[in-house]
Amino acid sequence: MRHISFAQALEEAMIEEMERDERVLMLATTRAPALENKFGDKRVRFTPISEAAFTGIGLGAAGSGFRPVVHWGMVTFSFVAMDQVVNQASKIRYMFGGQADFPVTYRCTTGGGAQIAAQHSQSPYSMFMHLAGLKIILPSTPADAKGLLKSAIRDNNPVISFECSRLASITGPVPDGDHIVPLGVGEVKRAGRDVTVVGLAYYVREALGVAEALAADGISIEVIDPRTLVPLDAELIRASVRKTGRLVVVDEAPATCSAASEIVALVTEDPATFRALKAPVQRVCAAPVPVPFSPPLERAALPDQARITAAIRRVLER
Amino acid sequence: MMSPDRAELIHMLRTMIMIREFDLLAIELRKQKKIHGAVHPYVGEEAIAVGVCAALSTTDRITSTHRGHGHCIAKGADINRMMAELFGRVDGYCKGKGGSMHIADFAIGMLGANGIVAGGMPIACGAALAAQLEDAGGVAACFFGDGATGEGEFHETLNIASLWKLPLLFVCENNRYGAGNAVESVRAQTDISLHAPAYGLPGVSVDGNDVLAVRAATHEAVARARRGEGPTLLHCQTFRSLFHAMRDVPPPETRSAELLAAWKARDRDPIARLEDYLTGQGMVTAADVQSIRDKVKSDLGAAVTFAEASPYPDPNDLLVDMFAE
Repeated sequence: MRHISFAQALEEAMIEEMERDERVLMLATTRAPALENKFGDKRVRFTPISEAAFTGIGLGAAGSGFRPVVHWGMVTFSFVAMDQVVNQASKIRYMFGGQADFPVTYRCTTGGGAQIAAQHSQSPYSMFMHLAGLKIILPSTPADAKGLLKSAIRDNNPVISFECSRLASITGPVPDGDHIVPLGVGEVKRAGRDVTVVGLAYYVREALGVAEALAADGISIEVIDPRTLVPLDAELIRASVRKTGRLVVVDEAPATCSAASEIVALVTEDPATFRALKAPVQRVCAAPVPVPFSPPLERAALPDQARITAAIRRVLER
Repeated sequence: MMSPDRAELIHMLRTMIMIREFDLLAIELRKQKKIHGAVHPYVGEEAIAVGVCAALSTTDRITSTHRGHGHCIAKGADINRMMAELFGRVDGYCKGKGGSMHIADFAIGMLGANGIVAGGMPIACGAALAAQLEDAGGVAACFFGDGATGEGEFHETLNIASLWKLPLLFVCENNRYGAGNAVESVRAQTDISLHAPAYGLPGVSVDGNDVLAVRAATHEAVARARRGEGPTLLHCQTFRSLFHAMRDVPPPETRSAELLAAWKARDRDPIARLEDYLTGQGMVTAADVQSIRDKVKSDLGAAVTFAEASPYPDPNDLLVDMFAE
């Protein structure tokens, strides 16, 4: 199978979907020469830095028969467009009684670890999960990135694609052809029997690294990647926890009201899964601070393999 | 531009009367607690919605505001389904999920009223982008108030629409008040048309209480848009005859009796002006106007009957319409 980077996989998804459906448009503040050369500047729009306007333009064009893909750049910049995201995109279909579809995809990079400090190192997926009405994808591999973005573009609802910056250059196998990953279907990235570790984005890789290391100690870790946060494949996680009896959730957003919190709640609310727990669940998340610039401080703020390992050992102690 | 013929003129008069009577009735129904929530009356501003929509076709798309009943009716919405929406019933445009501030009818290009000041402007800009890409001569129009000019979305959208030469009409309804604030108390520049040249598009001020002037200005802006020359900002000067919003009781009136009386005069009221013009031209008689009014009243009575006969939505359907298949 071909090995390509996460970023290349996303670009392939864009090209294939623009070839497949001429209603797919792209709006972004930075030029995309490859796409522009292939599809022309009518469909590949280079926009002013006006996030509120182009977020709403995507929504309005979606409600008028097109399938825009709007690139915010970093998720950071979406906050300038909060009216269009919160008041408009997340509510427009339901509020109008389902009379129209809004097939718009909002892409953005996310996450820390790149020494670009607080405003450019955010992982605020749970803010968007909280808004009923938006679907959310958060891939961890090149293959999932391609397959999920293609599904997002074909979906008839607003979808946010969070694309972890630290994954951009990692490579992995991507199937040839029309590779699709359905929304709402998580994946067991490594099967195991002692502890379930749910990782998000970059931390799926870190969890896999920990699982490999602990295997040498005879500890068997099951690593799950939800891949989609809305809809969230809760049953995949619950089934794993019913098997292992132990749960650790790892993400680089702070723990308060986070995706990690939601995953823990969905697991512990379920009676059969709750009864199967052998130890209190653990969240390994970022410190509750704006991500700091200085490398030692940034490392201290974000989860790492040592903290994941420590959490796994804690759930095994009880 | 074609001058409106008698049939179109009478249609415009009837539509303005319908808008006014619809909103006066909505206020009454709210007082009686037959409907709930907030009602933002468009009374006094009818000429703008009607004059603009007279120059649009059904396939052209518009976005509206919290004060949106007039835009719906002018674009051709069914008053029965509008009334049912105000009543929160299942036969309403949004199956009772939207209410007064969120009526939409995508089938006639009405992309929705909007509870956020300036919130519809980027959406209309997207509809205009769609029209440009479709290349079938379509245009979009966004209605907004003077208050929206304080929002970033107004300025961002003006710039992009002008930069991309989108077929978009910016229709500013300057009714002199942003909620409780007089425009001169919150705007350094009250001539809103002057924002247009800063973004490289024409800005046209028009008497927003003269439906024929609004229609003519809109025709010109639509023709420009259809020629691919880009957007126009229409600054329609009008007056909000009533309060910002009706909740349980109408808010107290803080404006002077003289000011209110001046705008109610027959030579300023948009409906009386068209009525007097048409009777002066011998196109209609007082009896014709009365029969229009009678028909509007009976249509509205039927709309209330339709709404009251419609069931409330089933709570079991709470989650329906969240996501498309």
